[in-house]
Amino acid sequence: MTSLRIRRGGRAPVPEATQGLVLHSDWQRPSVRWGLGGAQLLLLVLLVVGGLGPILWLAKSAITPTQDTLIKPIAVFPHGVDLSNLSNAWTQVDVGRYLLNTIEIAAGSWLSQIIVSTTGAYALSVLRPKWGSLIMGALLTTLFVPSVVLLVPLYIEVVHPPLIGGSYVNSYWAIWLPAGASAFNVVLMKRFFDNLPREIFEAARIDGAGPLRLFISVVLPMSKPILGVVSIFAVLASWKDFLWPLLVLTDASKQPLSVRLPTIQGQTDLGVFLAAMLIACLVPIVGFLVFQRSFLRGSGLGGALKG
Amino acid sequence: MAPELEQTDSTFTAATISATRPARARRTPLTWLRAGGISRLLFLAPLILVFGAFSWYPIVRLVLMSFQQTNLVQPATWVGLQNFSEVIHDPLFPIAVRNTLEFAGLALVFGYPIPLIAAVLISEVRRRRGLYSALVYLPVVIPPVVAVLLWKFFYDAAPTGVFNTILGWVGIAPQQWIQSQGQAMPSLVLESTWANAGGTVIIYLAALTGVNPELYEAASVDGAGLWKKLWHVTLPQMRTVMLVTMILQIIGTAQVFLEPYLFTQGGPANSTLTVMLLIYNYAFGNSLGASYGEAAALSLMLVAFLAAFSLIYLRATRAWSSE
Repeated sequence: MTSLRIRRGGRAPVPEATQGLVLHSDWQRPSVRWGLGGAQLLLLVLLVVGGLGPILWLAKSAITPTQDTLIKPIAVFPHGVDLSNLSNAWTQVDVGRYLLNTIEIAAGSWLSQIIVSTTGAYALSVLRPKWGSLIMGALLTTLFVPSVVLLVPLYIEVVHPPLIGGSYVNSYWAIWLPAGASAFNVVLMKRFFDNLPREIFEAARIDGAGPLRLFISVVLPMSKPILGVVSIFAVLASWKDFLWPLLVLTDASKQPLSVRLPTIQGQTDLGVFLAAMLIACLVPIVGFLVFQRSFLRGSGLGGALKG
Repeated sequence: MAPELEQTDSTFTAATISATRPARARRTPLTWLRAGGISRLLFLAPLILVFGAFSWYPIVRLVLMSFQQTNLVQPATWVGLQNFSEVIHDPLFPIAVRNTLEFAGLALVFGYPIPLIAAVLISEVRRRRGLYSALVYLPVVIPPVVAVLLWKFFYDAAPTGVFNTILGWVGIAPQQWIQSQGQAMPSLVLESTWANAGGTVIIYLAALTGVNPELYEAASVDGAGLWKKLWHVTLPQMRTVMLVTMILQIIGTAQVFLEPYLFTQGGPANSTLTVMLLIYNYAFGNSLGASYGEAAALSLMLVAFLAAFSLIYLRATRAWSSE
């Protein structure tokens, strides 16, 4: 990502006219204007129908009487609006509690990922212990092990933890702590720290700042962009997670919405169920619309890193 | 009292050492301490503890478990390769492998070209590019459980189902979707492509802005038109990213679980039973008692296959991806 930025920043501004795939002069040609412009318009229509459509449909159906949704799923409010679905989702299905559970799980997972990735990356990038490369190697290895295949040993570890004993089924710690073991976060964070100017660290050291002070007052404040990106993806991943909470949270009152939704589907009125689904999407959608820039930058950054 | 004493004592020793010897001559616990060893260790502690407990240890445990029989009550016993042979001789195993290959293959056919075309089109949009990016990424932020359950409703096989209604407008008869053996897998792939394509588009968009404009300029000077530039500049410049997204997609789809689990539970007639679903069924879905050993053995086989595949893939495409 940085190499990309440097390359772009270091280039002298050259007249726009001859650079880029489709030139200004190309746009003057009718074939390009109609062909490419038409393709772009078609894409926009497809995106609105395909990307936005299902969500709009969900929003519409959440406030439509169930019978209408069942008989004429596409019709827009043939017999008016039924807001009771939303309130029923709150009272009958207890969506509020599961939403709170989801938030609690996401908050803990976020904290755990931020603590592990910032302190670890700081140690590896700035303090640089002798055996740092060994740890880095062990971290990179875990990138090649898909997390889902560790389900079985992790599950057994939670049910019968070695050394400490007991069982952590139905404890949020069983979700929070494993969430911290994301090598991707550490690598992303370390790359960012590696590119911070070393002179500032030296200056702080000369001013008498110890490692803790350097971390809290210098490195963290300079890392807000990457902290934002890691935070967004930590919360989003936790919000989207299904299989792991399903396995370790057997007590229904502790489950997040994602685990609860498939279970309640059978015994819930369709309209109420769709309202509950809408509520489950609202937080990530609103979050995306507010932090769109960070989402998209983070997503592109992930690709650049993987590349 | 005591700590104070200790402290003066240690400063004294430290002072004597540094006075009598050159500081770098030897590494002792004390020099390590003075060089900030403690703080390094403290900063690394969360990482080492969390990765040790929830990443490195489970990896080792997975390997051990695949050679053991364990029911969590009695101590595990070593059974050699028995777990592996049971998995291989399970009649469901070839079905799961074939279905997973089918899912990955279909996802590649549907899902691979679409994001690339979309990204090239979006990167040349002159106005409201942000709107395009937002729309394209929107399905990615929908929780997958909600997406699958929503699409499950869309796939209703009755003539009043959402998709069947839409097909009815253009005179196509109602389809069975996830209830038919032939259509279930493509239906799963369709939803999965919808849910994941946006992330790939954004990766391509980032890569497209990284293409050196001077290359386009040089091509223009040489008289290349739009199509030639697309073919000779854009695509070659995107080669590395395209190869990476392809392997990532293959690795991701090889682990597909949520779609078959929530849409069809592997049915109808095991037509959507995937490897991950089989692992889940071995460990958690069996009413006769969990076969953790078999689940671990199949997990290990999946990892080994993916690792071998990635290595071969990287080696095979190395010549092509580097200039």
